[in-house]
Amino acid sequence: MTSSRTAVLLGMAICLLGVVSALSGCEQGDKPIRVGLSIAQTGPLSGAGKSGLLALEMWRDDVNAAGGLLGRQVELIAYDDQTNPAMSPRLYTKLLDVDKVDLLIGPYGTNVTAPIMPLAKRRDLLLIGNFALDVNANIGHDKYFNNMPVASGRDWAAPFLELSEQLGAKTVAVLASDAEFAQTLAVGVREQIAEHEMKLVYDQNYPPNTVDFSSVMRAIRSNKPDAVFVASYPSESAAIVRALGEIGVGDDVKLFGGGMVGLQYGSLMESLGSMLNGVVNYTFWAPEETMDFPGVKDFLARYQARAGDAGVDPLGFYLPAYSYAIGQILAQAVTATNSLDHGKLAEYIRSNDMKTVVGDIRYGPGGEWSKPRVVYVQFRDVANQDIDQFRNSGVQVIVAPAAFRTGDVRPFATER
Amino acid sequence: MPAELIFETLIAGVLLGCFYAAVSLGLSVAFGLLDIPHIAHPALLVLGAYGVWLLGGYGIDPLVAGVLLAPVFFALGLAIYRFYHYVFEADGGEGGLRGLAFFFGLAFVIEVGLILAFGVDQRMAQADYIGTGVSFGEMRMPVRLMIAFGVAVLLTVSLSQFLSRTFTGRAIRAVAQDRTALALMGADPVRIKQQAFGIATASCALAGALLLVVGPVEPGLGRLYIGRTFCVVVLAGLGSIHGTLAAGIILGVAESLVLTSLGASWAPAVGFGLLLLVLTLRPSGLFGR
Repeated sequence: MTSSRTAVLLGMAICLLGVVSALSGCEQGDKPIRVGLSIAQTGPLSGAGKSGLLALEMWRDDVNAAGGLLGRQVELIAYDDQTNPAMSPRLYTKLLDVDKVDLLIGPYGTNVTAPIMPLAKRRDLLLIGNFALDVNANIGHDKYFNNMPVASGRDWAAPFLELSEQLGAKTVAVLASDAEFAQTLAVGVREQIAEHEMKLVYDQNYPPNTVDFSSVMRAIRSNKPDAVFVASYPSESAAIVRALGEIGVGDDVKLFGGGMVGLQYGSLMESLGSMLNGVVNYTFWAPEETMDFPGVKDFLARYQARAGDAGVDPLGFYLPAYSYAIGQILAQAVTATNSLDHGKLAEYIRSNDMKTVVGDIRYGPGGEWSKPRVVYVQFRDVANQDIDQFRNSGVQVIVAPAAFRTGDVRPFATER
Repeated sequence: MPAELIFETLIAGVLLGCFYAAVSLGLSVAFGLLDIPHIAHPALLVLGAYGVWLLGGYGIDPLVAGVLLAPVFFALGLAIYRFYHYVFEADGGEGGLRGLAFFFGLAFVIEVGLILAFGVDQRMAQADYIGTGVSFGEMRMPVRLMIAFGVAVLLTVSLSQFLSRTFTGRAIRAVAQDRTALALMGADPVRIKQQAFGIATASCALAGALLLVVGPVEPGLGRLYIGRTFCVVVLAGLGSIHGTLAAGIILGVAESLVLTSLGASWAPAVGFGLLLLVLTLRPSGLFGR
């Protein structure tokens, strides 16, 4: 009697466990996959940050419309880090400990990503960087991968110095914002100047958000450089381009530009108009035939259709496609491994080609692109107050690297 | 450094300094004369800049737009002060720290409101004098800063004349010194302070136009001007209108010289170092009471 009662109780317990287990399984299946990030929605980089967020929302909508990942819907949790490096560590701690996100995307930009790298490494998390330059060099986190096609200040600066050499430049001026990203670029230039048998004649940092660059432009002009490399943030880039038109940089200058963030944003390009002519600056996508990757034009058309209502960059040539690519990388890895295990995902991303709207990506050491692809464009024949002109080829002519070139670089003065 | 470059730098510094003075004049009235901890002043400048940008969409020149907006901002200033007085001063106390929190909150509300209304993209003005320079022999000067110079001088002279030659102006000076005595003279100190705050806010419309003329504007820009505008007002000596122009020029020249010679990194250090030095030697500021 006792043994039969025990058997009944045991059977009931097993049934109960089975029901609970089944219920929790259902819950896991219905629970969305949470993808967390912080991204600048206010502050100096918010112009691009908001456009990048829209692209990620588009990716989320596309994935969910196609049935989600692993049969689960995708939920995006995004916080505004105000472009403030002090904000990102606490936001990522919240994403991990409070929101319990399944996957992480890095904040937009170098300065806000660098502070979360120790956290990502300590917790051994997969982290897809979002336009963060060289943040993993000293950390050595094996589960970090960057969506930006350039790994270091050296890679960034090399094409600019080669172009300078092509134009016969012997002397270089460097002007850089006093911030992590700009300083990395400036170091990249300084390191390679001797290799190109050039001389550094002006080398200054300026505090972020300097109002007026007239005096700086005078100082550069008085040193008579042949090439001027500038590493700046959006509002400073606009002020520098204005000062360039107002004060002039001297007749000796053959190449001006380099690492000016903001000259890729539709609104700034439209406002600066003809003041941009002749400037040679980096970008990661331009509407030239050599950059027609599968799916990129379709993505941009869909993005541009939504950009107006969202109040973001109407062109979206800079960050959006690369932000969408982050989603594609995560989706490909999750689908292929059928898992959310960060170790398995990292191993897959490390060993396979990632198919994205910005082309196939193969990762090399440190989670950076195995083949850097920083593109330099020269603004030509830009008219004032016409944003649509930037949709056409020939306005941002790709002058480097050779694989994407659509025209030869011309001396700065001839394009002014 | 060659003599021509030094001269050119000095002139550029004067122009830049006048711009600093123009964006600080309203604060000189609100904080310097009325003792109101008006930390929202830079946010109102940015609000003015956006108003000017909006009017620019109808083809109105930024400076004309600034003048057109001034009465609207005057009314806004009256309303803000009336609320501030009702909440913080009506019980006989002073705003103090609570007032500081109020204006901080106001600045935050303005910033977020601008983000919601206009997004976060940088906005720039379009005018013939923006992006061009004028040559004086070998020397080249940006026209937009020359405009800032003209507006700053005009604002300073107008405000100074108003404060010294009109009844309301003299009453504003009086309310800063002894509001009880002013009340005994038959003037209403609250109404006088309200008008003064309205004038300070109206100046934000014109100074906001300059802000947009001088560089790109985004909703968070006001934060960057908090330190600079308070630095100019304190360096000048609280309530000194001419002193504000002089302090702006001193700061502008110092920054310009440092940018050209020592290096750009030192520019903010020089500005605030100068402030520390002046406050040590003359705690009431250069032209303070």
